[in-house]
Amino acid sequence: MRLQRRALAPVLAGLAAALRPATAGAANATDVPAAPPREDVPAAAPWERLLRRAAGQSVNFHAWAGDARTNAFISWTADRMEALHRIRLRHIRLRDTAEAVARVVAERAAGQDSGGAVDLVWINGPNLLAMKQQGLLRRIADDLPNFALVDTTGKPATVTDFTVPVEGLASPWRMAQVVFIHDAARLPEPPRTMLAMADWARAHPGRLTHPNARDFLGATFLKQALYEMVPDPAALARPATEATFTLLAAPLWEWYRALRPHLWRQGRTFPESGPAQRNLLNDGEIDLMISFNPAEAAAGIADGLLPETTRSYVLQGGTIGNCSFVGIPFNAAQPEAAMVVADFLLSPEAQAEAADPRKLGSPTVLDLDRLKPGDRQRFDDLPRLPGMLGPAALGQPLPEPHPSWMTRLTADWERRTAGGAR
Amino acid sequence: MRLPACLPVLLLVAAVLLPVLAGLAGTLLPAFGHLPALGAVGWSLDPWRRLLDEPGLAAALRLTLVSGFGATALALLSVALFCAAFHDRPLFRRAQLWLAPLLATPHLAMGVGFLALAAPSGLLVRLLAPLLGLDRPPDLATVNDPWGLALLLGLALKEAPWLLLVSLAALNQIPAARLMATARLLGQPAPVAWLKVVFPLVYRQIRLPLHAVLAYSLGTVEMALLLGPGSPPPLAVLPVRWFLDRDLGMTFPAAAAATLLLVLTLAAILLWEGAAALAGRAGRRWAASGVAAGARLVRLGGWLLPLLLLLALGSLGAVLLWSVAGPWRFPDLWPRRLDFATWAAHREGLLALAEATLRVALPATALALALSVAALEAVARHGRAAWPWLLGLSYLPLLLPQTAFLLGLQVLLLQLGLDGGLPAVLWAHLVFVLPYVLLVLAAPWEALDPRLARSAAALGAGPLRMLCMVKLPVLLRPLLAAAAVGVAVSVGQYLATLFAGGGRYATLTTEALALASGGDRRVLGVFAALQAGIPLACYALALLLPRWLWRRRAGLRAA
Repeated sequence: MRLQRRALAPVLAGLAAALRPATAGAANATDVPAAPPREDVPAAAPWERLLRRAAGQSVNFHAWAGDARTNAFISWTADRMEALHRIRLRHIRLRDTAEAVARVVAERAAGQDSGGAVDLVWINGPNLLAMKQQGLLRRIADDLPNFALVDTTGKPATVTDFTVPVEGLASPWRMAQVVFIHDAARLPEPPRTMLAMADWARAHPGRLTHPNARDFLGATFLKQALYEMVPDPAALARPATEATFTLLAAPLWEWYRALRPHLWRQGRTFPESGPAQRNLLNDGEIDLMISFNPAEAAAGIADGLLPETTRSYVLQGGTIGNCSFVGIPFNAAQPEAAMVVADFLLSPEAQAEAADPRKLGSPTVLDLDRLKPGDRQRFDDLPRLPGMLGPAALGQPLPEPHPSWMTRLTADWERRTAGGAR
Repeated sequence: MRLPACLPVLLLVAAVLLPVLAGLAGTLLPAFGHLPALGAVGWSLDPWRRLLDEPGLAAALRLTLVSGFGATALALLSVALFCAAFHDRPLFRRAQLWLAPLLATPHLAMGVGFLALAAPSGLLVRLLAPLLGLDRPPDLATVNDPWGLALLLGLALKEAPWLLLVSLAALNQIPAARLMATARLLGQPAPVAWLKVVFPLVYRQIRLPLHAVLAYSLGTVEMALLLGPGSPPPLAVLPVRWFLDRDLGMTFPAAAAATLLLVLTLAAILLWEGAAALAGRAGRRWAASGVAAGARLVRLGGWLLPLLLLLALGSLGAVLLWSVAGPWRFPDLWPRRLDFATWAAHREGLLALAEATLRVALPATALALALSVAALEAVARHGRAAWPWLLGLSYLPLLLPQTAFLLGLQVLLLQLGLDGGLPAVLWAHLVFVLPYVLLVLAAPWEALDPRLARSAAALGAGPLRMLCMVKLPVLLRPLLAAAAVGVAVSVGQYLATLFAGGGRYATLTTEALALASGGDRRVLGVFAALQAGIPLACYALALLLPRWLWRRRAGLRAA
């Protein structure tokens, strides 16, 4: 099935190649001029011109909508864009980011090189790679004034997504790192490694689950385990081939085969998404859940969605971290306004709002040392809430494996769990 | 130039059939490998090979068949036993009153409520928790179960009231009392007699709605996403999931899966009728045998429907309760506090989505009403024998799985650059709203006393004046009822909104389903409550408005 699916790739790639010149042309025509500014013109002039053009435009921001706090943050962003630049930001709520990618691919297949439905898309991992490989994204990052504030050295995930160089095709906006969340009142001493988790699950059947592996967080649960089971994690930085995947994933699947019968619902069904686990944890159906947001526990407590005794931790060998990006498709209808939104997401104001654990609690992508004192203060003023982990406790995140690992893990998992009962 | 008299009829049928037939073509061609936009020209069986390679396909088929046939059979059985057991009781007439809120509630809101009731951490388990000594929800798949039983039950909750409504309407056209009297004289106890002599006649009348129930149950996407298992999902979910995949090549197996669902649904309807014929033959033997036993069993079975209705009302209640709940953990039977904080926090979003929902529902309903009135008038005035049959073609969308033509329609709209806009969404909704509006209006229109029109004509009224001054006022009640049904149908549309809207047209329904995959249950409760609230308000208006308007006109009030 997967193989035959691949067989279609050349057809699509051929299509893509045939259309590429038009694509590149379209991208250049509307991109911000890359020429260095002349002496007598202030450096910001092109950006000012772009701001003027963007005023009054509306932006269709395609973004995964499975998390209420993120939705609220996007809605806050929309209010700010209206107030600052008279830009109307519409959140197109996705169940899966792949929907937006499919959309752009379909538009190109239909020859629609401008006026596309997607102006801005929240993207990373396999979706970003797919769009990059097919030349569907504009080069934007270097033209965003606020991109200069990004901590590209301290947080390499802001420029290398899942080992793939982003090359400016997308702009970072929030950091994420895997944490595990538990109710300390029910589970004071949670397992600290993925191997230990299997033993713990055997002793406490039905108290652990993970999101469906079609969901990015579910796939991340498997990747986190894979990290622990491969002899040399460096292998995960290279694209997975049939041979390397079969070899390196074998211990993972052995571990998973032993674990699965002891999962919630005997591993026959899985929560559809990360947030779906939260209800289960709150009701005591499960004792432990994976999350990509270090502030999720704190947020859940504040919203009355998790008990006050909820705590987070990272695994002994560290946990996977990555970065969320926004990209602008080659055929975006309103690329200028989309640029303005991407830049605003990098502003100290938006980054501090996102980092506020009462709002979103995402670690910032910025280098705080490069900020003006007033902007720096915004971050220093942020409260620390019970249940959340600071940078020290999180430690240095493990880099994401190449996207092909995720794609193969998901496909293999689907094959192995198909048919429900096993 | 005079317009041909049959134009309104043709217009109505075209409004429904054009998108359906175009959509079917748009699905069938890629299913056999033909989609020039993706560089695939000519015939190929590759889409089918890839579909058959899908590891979960057998389980998906099993799920669809179990939940589809099961829900239809359960709904019919409960309605038949209820009518048989209670047709002579006061409870029977009162049942109609209970139906209105259940009929108005969209499937999705009902499903959300059923989830809140029946989930392992749901209200029913919380009720039992003190007895069983549970401090955690049991590790049992009471919903999203791999057999699709929760899906079956959730569908039956919504379909049973609808079947009861059409059965009650059918009963009015049957000389039931005379038949019953004869059967009773032959010594048959009432419940058995009803099943033997009345039910076969009712069944004949409700065949079309029953087939619609079967087709919907087999093809529903929103209920399957909500109550069915995720891996593998019921068959109807597969084409949607694949169509939205970032690999455009998955359009081909998606189209094949949608085609399989189409064939399956048509075969299921035939199979159902075949089984009904066999059951009918057995029933005739049973009736001829004169065996009178079984009354007690039927009376007991009669309680099945009240139980389902109670569950359905409980589901509605659960939605409302969650929408005003504060923190509410298992095993607490009642939220820690009740407030409108969730409503207030989402006020802006709710208003915007309610507006977007009504922006489709109101014009779609108005259009459907106008087309239906025009067509029914044309039939009444110049009726040829073939026209009602022609009108009947517009019921087609109710007998097909939605995916089968909506998928193809989306492919076509995308190529024309028309998807995502209000017109496309509006038309897609009209395809489902029109048949229901017509269904509600057709019978009252036919039953209208012809002497009224003759009197008006004798007094010199032209056709238009007769329509506006006589027919429409007399038929105000069914017109408003049809409008309420139209709004309810439109508000409930998920797939039509998702596909014709290119995923960009958000309504309360699409939003509620996005939240259903695991968001905050209180927020989900708020969206589901409003989704149910709009059609409920319309039903109430349809019920009360004629009373108020005709408060001084006793003759019309009784009409």
